[in-house]
Amino acid sequence: MKPRPTMTERIHVVDGTRFLARPEHRALRVLGVIGLVVLWEALGRAGAVPVLFLPSPLGVLREGWDMLRSGELLVHIGASLQRLAWGFVIGSALGIAVGVAVGFFAVAEAIGTPLIAATFPIPKIALLPLLILWLGLGEPSKIAVIALGVFFPMAINTYAGVRQADPLLIRAAVAFGAGRFSVIRKVVLPSALPMIVAGLRLAAGTALLLLVAAEMIAVESGVGFLVLHAGNIMATTKLMVGIVVLSLLGVLSHWGLGRLERALIPWRAGA
Amino acid sequence: MRVIIDRLAKTYVDRHGAAVEALSDVSLTVESQEFVALLGPSGCGKSTLLNAVAGLLPVSAGEVMFESPPSGRPLTAMVFQEFALFPWRTVQGNVEFGLEELGMAAAERGRRARVLIETTGLAGFEARYPHQLSGGMRQRVGIARALAVDPAALLMDEPFSALDAQTRQLMQEELLALWERTRTTILYVTHNIQEAVYMADRVVVLSRRPGRVLAEIDVPLKRPRTEAMQTEPGYLETVERIWSLIKDQARAALAEQ
Ligand SMILES: Nc1ncnc2c1ncn2[C@@H]1O[C@H](COP(=O)(O)OP(=O)(O)OP(=O)(O)O)[C@@H](O)[C@H]1O
Ligand SMILES: [Mg+2]
Repeated sequence: MKPRPTMTERIHVVDGTRFLARPEHRALRVLGVIGLVVLWEALGRAGAVPVLFLPSPLGVLREGWDMLRSGELLVHIGASLQRLAWGFVIGSALGIAVGVAVGFFAVAEAIGTPLIAATFPIPKIALLPLLILWLGLGEPSKIAVIALGVFFPMAINTYAGVRQADPLLIRAAVAFGAGRFSVIRKVVLPSALPMIVAGLRLAAGTALLLLVAAEMIAVESGVGFLVLHAGNIMATTKLMVGIVVLSLLGVLSHWGLGRLERALIPWRAGA
Repeated sequence: MRVIIDRLAKTYVDRHGAAVEALSDVSLTVESQEFVALLGPSGCGKSTLLNAVAGLLPVSAGEVMFESPPSGRPLTAMVFQEFALFPWRTVQGNVEFGLEELGMAAAERGRRARVLIETTGLAGFEARYPHQLSGGMRQRVGIARALAVDPAALLMDEPFSALDAQTRQLMQEELLALWERTRTTILYVTHNIQEAVYMADRVVVLSRRPGRVLAEIDVPLKRPRTEAMQTEPGYLETVERIWSLIKDQARAALAEQ
């Protein structure tokens, strides 16, 4: 007896991992930002909030454009970027060096970890007056506080990355004649690189915070100064320009670090 | 170069103080230009032994010595069971690693590496990263990396385990041909009795953990080896003899796990 074809039961295999898919929803991303701005503008136009408290987005944009044209904004941004750059370079170079040393050498670990554990929880902002006392009111104290804020996340992340280096790969390097410093350069540092880049991301946030704080004391330029000064003379629109610039700085650094990550770590699957 | 393993013992002690005796009192000499295969049940300490010979771990007792080492060549090079490729280096970069450490100039390194990439059938994949390769290809990168430095003694830990049967056979031929040319001393770990007998001059059988030398069996086959030899009575008898030696060990080791 032949089975009738109509009786044959067929089950179609479906992709059971479908609910794990995470589409990008690009439109939603843009709409969210636009929605916030529109709401903000509408609030202003409806007269719900006085302009002194919350200037309208268009007003902020116009003010920003004027400040850009007059060169005022660029002076502030330039001064801030310079402080950020110095602080970032010094802090991350020291942080990476200390992280590698503490992660790789037992003596450095014994000395370094308690020191870092004791100093890390201090809010760096509390050290600003001390740094000013030591280094004066000029640029060095500003740069130093940013460098200090960058140093800790960098040192701690680098240390963790170094500790995570695969002992098998280290042995493989030694099997092919690598000495201590070759192992550090060719195995330990590349292993730690993803953690180091993650440290840069953490540090970027801290640096921005400390920048603004440092620029509120005894400076004549910088985005932090702009915000504080505008607030003092109740120039709310200018103040908002400063805040938008800070937000843009944060977004840009995030994007830049993403690019850096892809350039530095091309071996990551899916990168 | 002769490799002398003298009363070697290794006990691993973990952080909680628990001890695993991997090797106890292993003595073994690999003659200059000899091809020795090392067989033994899983977990009996074969990789441990190879790592000890390569100077990659602290031993608990005994020692390893190299007699009449050649000058200008690295003493040992290792093909790792787990491949141990550097994920941040391309195929080319991985194969060049040992040459870099020897201080070879970049151009010469590149040339040397390309030859071995060809031999191991990886041509066209020079710029790929390990995660972009199949398991068998990764293993061949590990083999190329070790062959590239032309060591006085070659330590190979199950070098063909991830290869399909056909590729494995071709790679066996390649390795045999290379050995005929260079007569490098080889210590070769494998799970495969047929492979051990086909390739080696001598097969050393280790007991289950803790590993001791159970038997050393000379292979009565001539050189160069040919596939046709795999039907010779000498080959079949040797395989049979080793299998009967190993059977009980393997069964006991399996029951233990
Ligand atoms: N780093 C380590 N720490 C603790 N124990 C270990 C370590 N490496 C190996 N061992 C133990 O030592 C024994 C021998 O291990 P080894 O890797 O040398 O075996 P093997 O003969 O190579 O096994 P296989 O054939 O499965 O590769 C095993 O029992 C293993 O659990
Ligand atoms: Mg092993």
